[in-house]
Amino acid sequence: MITLEKTSSTFAVVNVTRRSFLQGALSASAFVLCVAKTPLFAKAAGNVASGSVAPSIDATAFHPSVFLGIQPDGTVLIVSHRTEMGNGVRTSLPRIVADELDADWSRVEVIQGDGDERYGSQDTDGSHSVREFFDTLRETGATARLMLVRAAAQQWGVPEAQCVADPAHVVSHKASNRTIGYGDLAALAAKQPVPKKEELKLKSPSEWRYIGKPAPGYDVSDVCAGKPLFGMDVRVDGMLYAAIAHPPVLGGKVKSIDDSATLKLKGVKQTIPIDPFKPPHHFQPLGGVAVIADNTWSAFKGRDALKIEWDNGAHAVYNSPAYKKQLQETARQPGKVVHKIGDPDAEFSKGGKLIEAEYYAPHLAHASMEPPVAVADVQGEKVTVWSPTQNPQGVQEEVAKKLGLKKENVTCHVTFLGGGFGRKSKPDYAVEAAVLSKTTGKPVKVVWSREDDIKFDYFHSVAAMYIKAAVDDKGMPKAWLQRSVFPPISSTFDKDAVYGSDGEMSLGWNVIPFDVPNFRSENGKAVNHVRIGWLRSVANIYHAFAVQSFANELANAANRDPYDYLLALIGSGHVIDVKQPPDVAAKYPYDTARLRHVAQLAADKANWGKKKSGNGWGMGIAVHRSFLTYVATVVEVEVDNSGAVRIPNVYTAVDAGIVANPDMVISQFQGAAVFGTSIARTGEITATNGVIDQSNFHNYPVARMNDAPVHVDVQIVESSAPPAGVGEPGVPPFVPALCNAIYAATGTRVRELPLTKNGFA
Amino acid sequence: MVHLKVNGSTQAFDGDPDMPLLWYLRDILGFTGTKFGCGMALCGACTVLENGKAIRSCSTPMKQLEGREITTIEGVSTHGPNAVQKAWAAVNVPQCGYCQTGQIMQAISLLSSKPHPTDTDIDDEMSGNICRCGTYQRIRVAIKEAAKERA
Repeated sequence: MITLEKTSSTFAVVNVTRRSFLQGALSASAFVLCVAKTPLFAKAAGNVASGSVAPSIDATAFHPSVFLGIQPDGTVLIVSHRTEMGNGVRTSLPRIVADELDADWSRVEVIQGDGDERYGSQDTDGSHSVREFFDTLRETGATARLMLVRAAAQQWGVPEAQCVADPAHVVSHKASNRTIGYGDLAALAAKQPVPKKEELKLKSPSEWRYIGKPAPGYDVSDVCAGKPLFGMDVRVDGMLYAAIAHPPVLGGKVKSIDDSATLKLKGVKQTIPIDPFKPPHHFQPLGGVAVIADNTWSAFKGRDALKIEWDNGAHAVYNSPAYKKQLQETARQPGKVVHKIGDPDAEFSKGGKLIEAEYYAPHLAHASMEPPVAVADVQGEKVTVWSPTQNPQGVQEEVAKKLGLKKENVTCHVTFLGGGFGRKSKPDYAVEAAVLSKTTGKPVKVVWSREDDIKFDYFHSVAAMYIKAAVDDKGMPKAWLQRSVFPPISSTFDKDAVYGSDGEMSLGWNVIPFDVPNFRSENGKAVNHVRIGWLRSVANIYHAFAVQSFANELANAANRDPYDYLLALIGSGHVIDVKQPPDVAAKYPYDTARLRHVAQLAADKANWGKKKSGNGWGMGIAVHRSFLTYVATVVEVEVDNSGAVRIPNVYTAVDAGIVANPDMVISQFQGAAVFGTSIARTGEITATNGVIDQSNFHNYPVARMNDAPVHVDVQIVESSAPPAGVGEPGVPPFVPALCNAIYAATGTRVRELPLTKNGFA
Repeated sequence: MVHLKVNGSTQAFDGDPDMPLLWYLRDILGFTGTKFGCGMALCGACTVLENGKAIRSCSTPMKQLEGREITTIEGVSTHGPNAVQKAWAAVNVPQCGYCQTGQIMQAISLLSSKPHPTDTDIDDEMSGNICRCGTYQRIRVAIKEAAKERA
């Protein structure tokens, strides 16, 4: 029996006896709740990551986003419909449900949701898993708890008000000293009418047992045991292995192939050409030639033995040094106005003291530890894909589109991701596997090598920035102009796109959190020559680098302590208009007082100002709000005479509103400092004649234990504000804080990343 | 034909002698706990023990392994979690977890030669293993915890 309660436009609960999602996992008499919600922020300005590809939300459609089942043996099954990639969602999301359910966490089993549009958006990016689903998850747990309580009251014939659920996974009736387990109540609970939202009693924060309490990862033991959890670990009977020779230049095509040496190799079965994409490249395969073999090694070896002549096409003009000059030239010219306050030009023309600076940040590759990989099995009209993906619905759509099938016919099993950082939001590699499975008639596993991963990434954008300020006699800015120029992510979806989208502009550029009466932000044109994509915190990386470095330059020009100056720039705190959608702005106003507060916390913890900078020692500070979270980071550096930079300490303070799992938040910010170190120290992707120059960790180095920050201190502000993002916001302030520290230590200003361009290592 | 022991079982391999141990373990024996990260011995995700000492399986061809004993992550936890695995879980080291089996194998190798490693020992031994999630700080803590546990 199915009953549907539409209690509001954003919340509906269905009580079902059994659904196809959990078939096999659930017994027939289990109690199952499906909760539907309309994602509130599917089109949020900060959510550039899904801006161009978010499915349109039909408010009348049924989008079950959470499934909760209680087995007759008391086991609680909770579906995690979002992707686990180190973000901790398989722990934090189910614990929110379990808290309101009063479930015993040790009896919760987490089930990974397949791709299904009825969940709402599953695109795990933009740091919004907890913030988007927090209320719904709580309501789900509370609904089930109330139904269990009502079932017990009915069974005992006592008033509902006398029955309470408690942490032991039971409902009890004190007056008669009776208790009954959740499992024993499951069948009767399933027969209760679904309560209205108004009937639910959500816990007060002081009653939370799991929310806001540190917890280890749900899967930590399996991970440490080396269980086959990842996409790379998928093995299907009769599976073939494929390696693909991709066109070295974006949009290149095969002119001729000589595969005779390849076909002679032991283990190699055949070669298969893959069609080039039709622009825009979107999430389509790049094309090239696949080598099919009976193991990964033979496929790689077979690929090495291919002799291919390529037609490189129009993007062979891409040379990074010339392109850099172009971007910098564009940044010096007036651009498209993004946001304006007052009249900066009038202030500039008064002839007072002007300060200007240019900044430059190169392309970056994601280089997640697990390269892209997917297994696909095409059987007639049906396709099954196993893939590490941040975007299972995208896998369904793209595979269906490529093979001319309905997307309901594509099943996408989501594996663990060996890192994602935005790369695995793009399902091109899963489409490759599907195409090859269709051609061979067998399940095919496509494995990208590290070289494929780095050379054929959806790169983080290269960017040039220009900033100018007119300052008063105290060195405070009266007018501020900033321009950024970068090939936009929208070029992935529209080949003619040359300006940053509103989403990209909202990532640290349309406004600054400073009290400046006259302000204008601009954006200039840039043409893409490689695939551009989202990388952990996206445009915030280069935007925060420029703005927070410039704030430090102003402080130094004014001969003031950079931290004191930063507080003066932020002012006492006020809500600024960042052009957020009204519902987001109401829930998440941009309050610079919160930014000021985290700056104070980080500086206090770092003992800012207690030791004199210079002679190779220094501290730097930067603040940034992204994904609705306020972060301040102080970096301490030691720089020796050879320019080697050591980072003994990082102090970060975070105001992310309510946090689901503080230990996971600490991990995210510790990790963000290391990720930021990789960006700042050595992160650089360049092209020569359209071909990416880097290929593996020897020429695209990333931070290792001996060059990562030694100690990262993370303070989490206790807050009752709605939850905000935590996966990405640690990255943006780290890079400028490090560069500001290097200036304090050495007097050398880093205006171009990475540090190796400035004589540091 | 190459004869070797993997996790205590005798194996015979008559495939491509240049095949790296990594792919033999993963694709042929099905020990997928050993990970592919770079193929050039640059990242350490593929670390296993050869006669008790850490090696990079992605760059060790099968032809070099006649008579050797290989231990993978699956082989260290047959009788319940190893002290290093326990410490890793207690400190909640993993984020995505992909590199962690290689990190754990490297740490086991380190502790077998240096039961009480200093920070410098840990840096020296572990800096060949990349973690893109950035769990280095917790890895260091976990190694010290495991050292205490083993003492």
